Amino acid sequence: MGPLTSTFTRLYGTKGWLALGVFAVVLLVVIPLLNLAVPETSPYHVSTYWVTLIGKIMCYAIVALAMDLIWGYCGILSLGHGLFFALGGYAMGMYLMRQIGREGQYQSDLPDFMVFLDWKEFPWQWWGTDHFLWAAFLVVAVPGLLAFVFGYFAFRSRVKGVYFSIITQALTFAAMLLFFRNDTGFGGNNGFTDFKRILGFPITTPETRMALFALTGIVLIVALLVGRWLVTSKFGRVLAAIRDAEPRVMFCGYDTVHYKLAIWTFSAVLCGIAGALYVPQVGIINPSEMSPANSIEIAIWVAIGGRGTLVGAVAGAGLVNGAKSYFTQAFPEYWLFFLGLLFILVTLFLPNGVVGLAAKLRAMLAGRRPAPAGVAEETA
Amino acid sequence: MGHVVTGELDTTHGTILYLDGISVSFDGFKALNDLSLNIDVGELRCVIGPNGAGKTTMMDVITGRTRPDAGRAYFGETIDLARMNEAQIAHVGIGRKFQKPTIFERHSAFENLELAMKTDKRVRKTLFARLGADERDRIADTLRLIRLDPVADRPAGLLSHGQKQWLEIGMLLMQEPKLLLLDEPVAGMSDDETERTAELFLSLAGQHSLVVVEHDMAFVARIARKVTVLHEGSVIAEGPMKTVQEDPRVIEVYLGR
Repeated sequence: MGPLTSTFTRLYGTKGWLALGVFAVVLLVVIPLLNLAVPETSPYHVSTYWVTLIGKIMCYAIVALAMDLIWGYCGILSLGHGLFFALGGYAMGMYLMRQIGREGQYQSDLPDFMVFLDWKEFPWQWWGTDHFLWAAFLVVAVPGLLAFVFGYFAFRSRVKGVYFSIITQALTFAAMLLFFRNDTGFGGNNGFTDFKRILGFPITTPETRMALFALTGIVLIVALLVGRWLVTSKFGRVLAAIRDAEPRVMFCGYDTVHYKLAIWTFSAVLCGIAGALYVPQVGIINPSEMSPANSIEIAIWVAIGGRGTLVGAVAGAGLVNGAKSYFTQAFPEYWLFFLGLLFILVTLFLPNGVVGLAAKLRAMLAGRRPAPAGVAEETA
Repeated sequence: MGHVVTGELDTTHGTILYLDGISVSFDGFKALNDLSLNIDVGELRCVIGPNGAGKTTMMDVITGRTRPDAGRAYFGETIDLARMNEAQIAHVGIGRKFQKPTIFERHSAFENLELAMKTDKRVRKTLFARLGADERDRIADTLRLIRLDPVADRPAGLLSHGQKQWLEIGMLLMQEPKLLLLDEPVAGMSDDETERTAELFLSLAGQHSLVVVEHDMAFVARIARKVTVLHEGSVIAEGPMKTVQEDPRVIEVYLGR
């Protein structure tokens, strides 16, 4: 076995690669064909509504992956991951606002909300955002830098457990209040919307939508594989050891601050990228993305799917958001009750989430006793 | 590879640890009182004494957890332990096993040893670390030594209490310490496990220097070549188990008053 082969087999078994291949074919071949090539009158046509919905959920799945890396594998519960998602979204949003050009209501070079505020030029934070590459750099750099600086001080001061969670929650809340203000320069409570183009292509055509959809699918699959590579490396074993017994890891000679900082920053960057993919598909970004409830919901996706499995995070994001889009149409007033109930039931009866349940069922069908609680399941 | 060490261990006179006139007091209570003790290279030394004799405080002084008020503590001829912190002392080669085993319960026994292995432990190196053949051999050798090779892939949390104790000893060995300090290593073990631990320690002596603090007299009698008896923070007797047992002061301390 060459080194390349062994890397592949280390990531997933044959069944795992097969499942991933089917997933990729459905996302990147079947759905695009059914959307673009099959006429709208055909029952097999996948409508733009579905493409947008699935695209949006895939962005959430990337965020859930990021959350699982830091929470499921390193034991750090962040209740502020919505902030990094929103920052990536805002960085992309600035570029999209610049792409509107003079087609806004006021036919100005400035975005409408700036004209409305009677501003004459772009504030400093908008510098360079008419260039896609600069905006793409901001998508990665702003969440990454914020996470690095915040994490450095928090981890060095040995802030842990629920205290860390509360601080991250406060951080996203403070950012939300800041972005609500008009003079911060990001459109206040309305945020950014009415996008026209991305990279010169009209943003609402089925082709552009499908390109964004496919790109999101590729990023999701790559993020899953990179995440899997991280957690199956020795680095991943050190992370899990930090989660289970941090003082012992330090006693073994590891500087745990560096490890936590590395995975924390990576997780934030992944959220930023997800946010940047989300905004052009959904067509709006505003400070409500930074609301504490949004960040808590991310943790719920991961808990329901199954912590410390990666595929569980993706499944959890898909299940919860799929249910959400149904519920908020059918019984809008009951959605939050349902979410709360689901969370309580999963916490009480499915400590390893949906993925843990699947493994248990498989074991029962095979006539074996389920693996002892607390022992991570090896997911194929 | 490895970390920068503060000076090399120099054992030209055959002695790995010197404690000379060590005193430690807590709020007026003299935990150690002018304690002097030398450990030779490759020696297996047992330290016994009634509760409160200062055994654990002595371990704390050697590993840098407690600073002595007076006296000198040297590792080899040149390394002054009184000037170093716990991490530095661990790096120069003193490994300590605490009473309660702390292992990574969800990692396999193999992975526990892998994580403990002496190597470059910075993030960048760990990301791309692959076990070489020699490293696999070292882990396999240690697994055999601590008799965990049949359960190498089992999550450590599922091991028996005695096996967990051995695993932690194995983790210490993977860090390649020159001197091993073991605090009550057979506490809570079955007779069978205790006997196997005795065999393990006897096989380690020679290549490693060991200091064992233990209450279990049968165990001490089984492994000891030289026994040191502490009482009220000082050494009151030292020598072969038989001589020490017949020492009138030792008998008085253990039975008298």
